[in-house]
Amino acid sequence: MLENLFKDLSLIYPEIIVSVTLLLVVLFDLIYDKNKTIIPYLGLIGLFAALFYSLGSVDIETHAFIIGDTGNKFGLLSLDPFGNYFRIIILITSILIIFFTKSSSEIHSISERSGEFYTLLLGMVLGMMFMVSASDLIMIYISVEILSLSSYVLTGFTKLRDRDSEASLKYLIYGSASSGIMLFGMSLIYGLIGSTNIYEINEVLQTTSINSIIYSFALILIFAGIGFKISAAPFHFWTPDVYEGAPISITAFLSVASKAAGFALLIRFVKVTFLADNIEGNWILLQGFDWQNFLIIISVLTMTLGNFAALWQDNLKRMLAYSSIAHAGYMLLGIAVLTDQGLLAVMIYFLVYLLMNIGAFYIVMIIANNIGSENINDYNKLGSAAPFLGVSLTIFLISLTGLPPTAGFISKLYIFIALLDVKMIAVAVIAVLNSVVSLYYYIRVLKHMFINETDKTVPEIKVSLNDVVFILILLVPTLILGVYFSPIVDFAQAFLSILVN
Amino acid sequence: MNGFPILSLITFLPVIGMIIILFIPSKMIKEIKITSLIITFLQIILAVVLLGNFNYNAGGIYEVSSFQFIEKFRWIELTGLSWIGTIKVDYFLGADGLSLPMILLTAIVSFIAIISSWNISKSIKGYFALFLLLDTGMMGVFVALDFFLFYIFWELMLLPMYFLIGIWGGPRKEYAAIKFFIYTLFGSVFMLLVMIALYFSAGETLADGRVVYTFNLLALMDPANYLDNGLLSPLNPNNYRLAAYIALFVGFAIKIPMFPFHTWLPDAHVEAPTPISVILAGVLLKMGTYGILRISYPIFPEITEQLAYYIALFGVINIIYGGLVALAQKDFKKLIAYSSVSHMGYVLLGMASMSTTGITGAIFQMFNHGTITAMLFLIVGVIYDRAHTREINGFGGLANKMPIYTGFVTVAFFAAIGLPSLSGFISEALVFVGAFGVAEIRTLTMIGTLGILIGAAYMLWTLQRIFFGEFNTKWENVLHDITFREYAMLIPLTIIIIFLGIYPSAMLDIMNTSVNTLVEFIANGAQNIRISGM
Repeated sequence: MLENLFKDLSLIYPEIIVSVTLLLVVLFDLIYDKNKTIIPYLGLIGLFAALFYSLGSVDIETHAFIIGDTGNKFGLLSLDPFGNYFRIIILITSILIIFFTKSSSEIHSISERSGEFYTLLLGMVLGMMFMVSASDLIMIYISVEILSLSSYVLTGFTKLRDRDSEASLKYLIYGSASSGIMLFGMSLIYGLIGSTNIYEINEVLQTTSINSIIYSFALILIFAGIGFKISAAPFHFWTPDVYEGAPISITAFLSVASKAAGFALLIRFVKVTFLADNIEGNWILLQGFDWQNFLIIISVLTMTLGNFAALWQDNLKRMLAYSSIAHAGYMLLGIAVLTDQGLLAVMIYFLVYLLMNIGAFYIVMIIANNIGSENINDYNKLGSAAPFLGVSLTIFLISLTGLPPTAGFISKLYIFIALLDVKMIAVAVIAVLNSVVSLYYYIRVLKHMFINETDKTVPEIKVSLNDVVFILILLVPTLILGVYFSPIVDFAQAFLSILVN
Repeated sequence: MNGFPILSLITFLPVIGMIIILFIPSKMIKEIKITSLIITFLQIILAVVLLGNFNYNAGGIYEVSSFQFIEKFRWIELTGLSWIGTIKVDYFLGADGLSLPMILLTAIVSFIAIISSWNISKSIKGYFALFLLLDTGMMGVFVALDFFLFYIFWELMLLPMYFLIGIWGGPRKEYAAIKFFIYTLFGSVFMLLVMIALYFSAGETLADGRVVYTFNLLALMDPANYLDNGLLSPLNPNNYRLAAYIALFVGFAIKIPMFPFHTWLPDAHVEAPTPISVILAGVLLKMGTYGILRISYPIFPEITEQLAYYIALFGVINIIYGGLVALAQKDFKKLIAYSSVSHMGYVLLGMASMSTTGITGAIFQMFNHGTITAMLFLIVGVIYDRAHTREINGFGGLANKMPIYTGFVTVAFFAAIGLPSLSGFISEALVFVGAFGVAEIRTLTMIGTLGILIGAAYMLWTLQRIFFGEFNTKWENVLHDITFREYAMLIPLTIIIIFLGIYPSAMLDIMNTSVNTLVEFIANGAQNIRISGM
């Protein structure tokens, strides 16, 4: 028994490393009362160690933390390349975000509380890392809660403006309601099937076909919880307010890492629980609930709502919030096609999305540091005041639109390939038209930066060497992967396999 | 020329120039301009080298072996996903009689537009850097033989063009720039879908059952490469070839611009600075018709035959509608913009005839329209630079005040009308002869000839209003005759226009073999697809 436990613990070294780092941060915070500068570096060391370990454990494909009788095959976690891929995405994002927070003047203003800040940040990372490999409804719920509780606090952490607290409260209320709904759905599933393990649920569903309203109802309730995390319509209402109110670093973190964890969870839940057969990469799902049409409707709704709402936003954080909703819509299409090709598209999408979205947020952050505003009307003529930032933001926004020669084009291309592979032509048409709509609000930022004239004196923008390096780290791959995308596809392909029955 | 990557050089030379410019401090205005001038001049030299080494008897179009200056290597190859086969993208450039005239045109017009950009005064570094990036995009479209590559070049132009209109344009520049961008992107996203659908429809099945898909345009032209159940495969009884053709066509038609997708053009032209108008009319519009000839025609021969009548119909609508609207314009530049709509209609009509004469006329018209309209926009620029207005009725009697200018204007106007011994005449005549020979579109062609009359009307009327009659004394001290820089732009174009009017074979011989190959290929292709009952 104990032997098994040690074996299982050895499989989750990255999670253990992050937990230990979290505790060390708390400890350091208590010991070093005055000097907090070391704390983010401590976090970085832990995250790099976890990332390094994750990159090394590509081949692991096993169930872990099996509870109950010795006959049980399935545990609380399932460790596989797919989960590992998202773990890597989350760790890379977290590392970038720690660098991000170090340049942010918002976070600077709370440096005496940075111990708590980074503890909570690591708490979010830990929750996400469990989310991507959770294979038991209980474990899913716990990991989602670990993530949520930390992020509620971080959203309002700076307390600089009223909108921060408002955002935090809104997030808390929406979040607890939706996790309550999810828990209700899970309990219904347990009542119907008699198990909380998604592999066991799959085994039961294989033999008995459950086709009742309660079953579908329960699945929709569970989706509401996950949909909240990935801000899919109609569970997206919190997103703009929270993204606008939170510190930019946390907004960027939520929009990439938290979304990645939610997607990993959704993909594992759909593929493992409902898979009947996998024929040449096409997932044949069990009867009873029409995931395909359900996801198509949700994704079309999500991207259309996100894109059209973004058209009217003057606050860049809010605009990027709606744009991230729209991107979630595209990524959901990758799941809705129910093929490994679609899965590959989602995985590629996240890697690219990580680069371009953090890049865009970072530049918005630098500008906000200097001019104290995220309003698009204050961006007039900034392109000539800070050409490097202007050109970089142009490239990130073009990539978010999905135009070549940027990586964003490749990620959209793979989504469209996945759609046309299963001959979903109408959906593909809606998706490309959405891209055209999105161009308008992305290009609007460029219009303000480069074209519009201004009466006010254009403020000076200070860009430090650190900023330049950070931006280049994101910018260079965004451009190179746009013209030479083999590495990213090969990388994603290596992690494609999900542990299924 | 074996092994020397001349097409890559001609395509990416401007990008090299752009990088050089980015390293020149923005205060060194003269150096920036001269670098751009040298780069575009080198491009012309390379284009002339291409012409000198061009084999007039090689057809190209569908045969790799008869393409010239080929550069091909594997750019992206992804294996591993057995169920979707291998993804292959080639870096594949080549030239034939269809692309060489366009390469020449792009090189010439870019060079002239750089000269015309000399008096740009706002953020010069950014302007020339973007201009050169645009140049690469345009050249790339004309030499790419892989659909993926073609698409990248096609989209590459959008952003520089957006900024060039948006930053350096006139009073309504923001509106015009975004309209141009959204329109073109709207068309090109459909092109993207067709591209992916084609990709899934054709490929090579390997012994182990895996399929190697391809974006290679030449491979996509060969019906033998299509898979039985491909979305756009002629072998598939439920294929979407007609829908795909229309989607692709709309993508190209927006660029031409074909009625009813033309409304971005007048806005873009009126707001764009003169050199950018020159580029827009001179090169960008041709990308639409070039795309149709290079991609739509040979890949979908049977649909092309099926829809030829409608292509001719829209061509004639363009001719008449563009002409009539031009007739009503009070703004000189807008008039030229609408005359472009009308003249691109000739290209469509010639293409729709599917005959050697008609298609030759169409390609020749593409080249001639490029040079003539470039000249017309320069002419508008000359007068606008001096008077800061383009109101046609605000002028009069310029012939005495600016005699040399009037001389150039007369040449350009008569070339646009289609006066014999000027280049426009030959191409329009070929278009009408070609189209008249096809019984189905004979009536349309006859209506189309009215366009010449309308063209003569608005051109001559404009000539009369601006250059004859009473001189408006308001302009006494402003209007002086042509400067050296303007000579440098107008003389080369005049020479080309007159030379090709007298000796059109210089250009016609370049395209002759390729056009014959194309016409034959479409006829055979369409027949084969019909016979096999698809």
